Amino acid sequence: MSKKYLKALIIAASIVAVFALIHSGCQQQKDVLSGSTADQVFVPPGSYDDFYLFTSGGFSGQVGVYGLPSGRLFRVIPVFSQDPEKSYGYSEESKPMLNTSFGFLPWDDAHHPELSQTNGIPDGKWLFINANNTPRVARIDLSTFTTAEIIEIPNSGGNHGSPFTTENGEYIVASTRFSIPIPNRDVPISSYKENFKGTLTFISVAKDGKMSIAFQILVPGFDYDLAHAGKGPSHGWAFFTSYNTEQANTLLEVNASQNDKDFVAAVNWKKAEEFIAAGNYKTMKATYYRNHFDEKKHMAFSEKNTDVKVLSPADCPGLIYYLPTPKSPHGVDVDPSGEYIVAGGKLATVIPVHSFSKMLKAIENEEFDGDAQGIPVLKYESVIAGEVENCGLGPLHTEFDGKGFAYTSAFISSEIVKWELGTWQVVDRIPTYYSIGHLNIPGGDSKKPWGKYVIALNKITKDRYLPTGPELTQSAQLIDISGDKMKLLLDFPTVGEPHYAQSLPADLVVKNSRKIYLIEENEHPYVTKAEKDARVERNGNEVHVYMTTIRTHFAPDNIEGIKVGDVVYFHLTNLEQDWDIPHGFAVKGARTAELLIMPGVTETYTWRPQFAGIYPFYCTDFCSALHQEMQGYIRVSERGSNVPISYKVGN
Amino acid sequence: MKKIINIVYTDIILISSILAIVGLMITACGGDSDKSGSDEFSNVQKTNPSGLSDFELKHGIGPIKKELKLGPIDEAKALEGEKIFESKCATCHKLDEKYTGPAQRNVLQRVSPEFFVNMVLNPDENTEKHPHAQEMLLKYNMQKMTNQNINVKDALSLLEYFRVLDRELKQKSTN
Repeated sequence: MSKKYLKALIIAASIVAVFALIHSGCQQQKDVLSGSTADQVFVPPGSYDDFYLFTSGGFSGQVGVYGLPSGRLFRVIPVFSQDPEKSYGYSEESKPMLNTSFGFLPWDDAHHPELSQTNGIPDGKWLFINANNTPRVARIDLSTFTTAEIIEIPNSGGNHGSPFTTENGEYIVASTRFSIPIPNRDVPISSYKENFKGTLTFISVAKDGKMSIAFQILVPGFDYDLAHAGKGPSHGWAFFTSYNTEQANTLLEVNASQNDKDFVAAVNWKKAEEFIAAGNYKTMKATYYRNHFDEKKHMAFSEKNTDVKVLSPADCPGLIYYLPTPKSPHGVDVDPSGEYIVAGGKLATVIPVHSFSKMLKAIENEEFDGDAQGIPVLKYESVIAGEVENCGLGPLHTEFDGKGFAYTSAFISSEIVKWELGTWQVVDRIPTYYSIGHLNIPGGDSKKPWGKYVIALNKITKDRYLPTGPELTQSAQLIDISGDKMKLLLDFPTVGEPHYAQSLPADLVVKNSRKIYLIEENEHPYVTKAEKDARVERNGNEVHVYMTTIRTHFAPDNIEGIKVGDVVYFHLTNLEQDWDIPHGFAVKGARTAELLIMPGVTETYTWRPQFAGIYPFYCTDFCSALHQEMQGYIRVSERGSNVPISYKVGN
Repeated sequence: MKKIINIVYTDIILISSILAIVGLMITACGGDSDKSGSDEFSNVQKTNPSGLSDFELKHGIGPIKKELKLGPIDEAKALEGEKIFESKCATCHKLDEKYTGPAQRNVLQRVSPEFFVNMVLNPDENTEKHPHAQEMLLKYNMQKMTNQNINVKDALSLLEYFRVLDRELKQKSTN
């Protein structure tokens, strides 16, 4: 190529480049102006998301942890179900977390995550979640993303309306979805109206997080569905929806859908405290467990409780009122100001919004419409602030953006409806895919929502994803609410059924995130704090192996003298003190799950060798360049053999 | 697989390539860098791809940025250091035999006190950038020295412990 041509080529290329620059400059500006959808959810590789999203794992019994706006899944926190990946419910240390009055339960159905609050605002300390099947509430520590405590709820047939917090975690509330005889006993099911009752439970939360059942309120045998505590002026009250005020015990889809109105129960819990202080309660015998994980001993402990304080509305005037609410209401949500109580009437054609101040006035003026089993029913007209018309079919749940708007999910018409507080006018609506249940706005059930997004939590996805056989994923959808019109940004699949979710700015959680457990603080009774102390001890047919891990070996890694019929406890201490370096442990043929031991932690693996031979064990979590070398052997001899215990690492 | 592992692998490949080339050069010149497998501090001046300062080349990268003024050995701190060594270091280092990492009794005859402290406190960056740490990585089966989250105070106690061991070595050799 001649110099002349080259020069011409360079000039031509420069001109093209300049044009391209001008052109792309314009393009980019246009994209920014119109708000490129992809840009709004794109988190560049290596960058952090702005928000954490915690979704309930539904029938998986776990909690999913996602980032927003990317929708990336970071972790599944085991809560109510065993998780072999993390040895939760398999290691000796974690098994007690799943103890109940029915014994060890490997599974439950998790529904509603709720972030702990300070002054009515999520503080990023804990996440609570309920077990629906065998009634319990769990507290997850957000510095470690592990389950710290689980408390069983006595006198409950199923814990659905739970665990919603008061402004400062004075209480976490719980209500019975299924009424049962209380105390539970053998009666004909047909004696429902006579024998079945519900309970509303108030769980107190101590400064360090410790939960205890403060008191229960015995209520008529309806189905209590969801709840939310008051805030601001309504702080001191809690609201519970109920359906099946017909008290049907069969074919509820027909028989519990007869009444035009069911109830929102308004409970004055400050008054309840007075009745408790005055001794106006009965102590009932009831067996329930509280399990907590000790972070220093690295193990869970169970304690059995045997009685509970129960308040009867008949003995406690002013404790509880019913607000008539159309029809078979599901969610009940309190707006950021604390004045409006929004109920989602599954079968209603409007969204009824009750006024807290009107309710107080109606109580003062005794504007009652009779009573339900002794509980005063307030007049609908006296408490209603407004009805949102044209609200979609099957309105379920409402969250708030803090700018005067409410967002309600409509299950049957698969949409989110945005409406204005005060005017009760619908201002926007957006379809969801499909069958939305709950929805969530960051801080959307608190005093100070962060807004920005609403997340639709969908039950059915049908044609939205590649098919995976008969069962398809459930999903979440991220919707931008920063403008006048809602805009769909992203679909992403979820772990189990995302009944409800909570979200908050990431920095509230990141700043507390734990990296390691200090080995100096390890108080596990079987800890091995130095490799020189690693050893094997026989005590009858029990063998205790005190084993350490570090990149990249076990100590000891050769063990002899184990016999068929022995029970071998491997107490592994991970001596690493570096972030993100757990070690795993597994033995061939052991009828349990692996261990996954965090830095500085001791965990125990139980093995009952069945046959003589040589058994390899190895690290299951890729830990270093020589991870594949992190292995060892155990020699198992026949019963009665005289091979002595011996062990070593290195030559 | 963990992000950290990826980093290790990329680093390993990169470091191996660099070291392979350096190694080639040295052997081509007839040099013998590994007499009887000793862990001598290498002549780092010749290879400084990370652009380290003279101080860093001599004393490692980390919180210790100027030479330590070492007074008489603090025996109490040395005892404390021995305990720390037992729990946090002895998993990989024996005093007199090659284990996961090098034998440690004579560490202060191999590296400066400042390098010792910087390596304990900042193994990741040293392994990434310091020629001696990189050479040790190759020699010790690509086992990156573990970051045990030791604080400065504890690292200085460890130093006192190794000063005691060093004193004993010197006494022996003069006897």
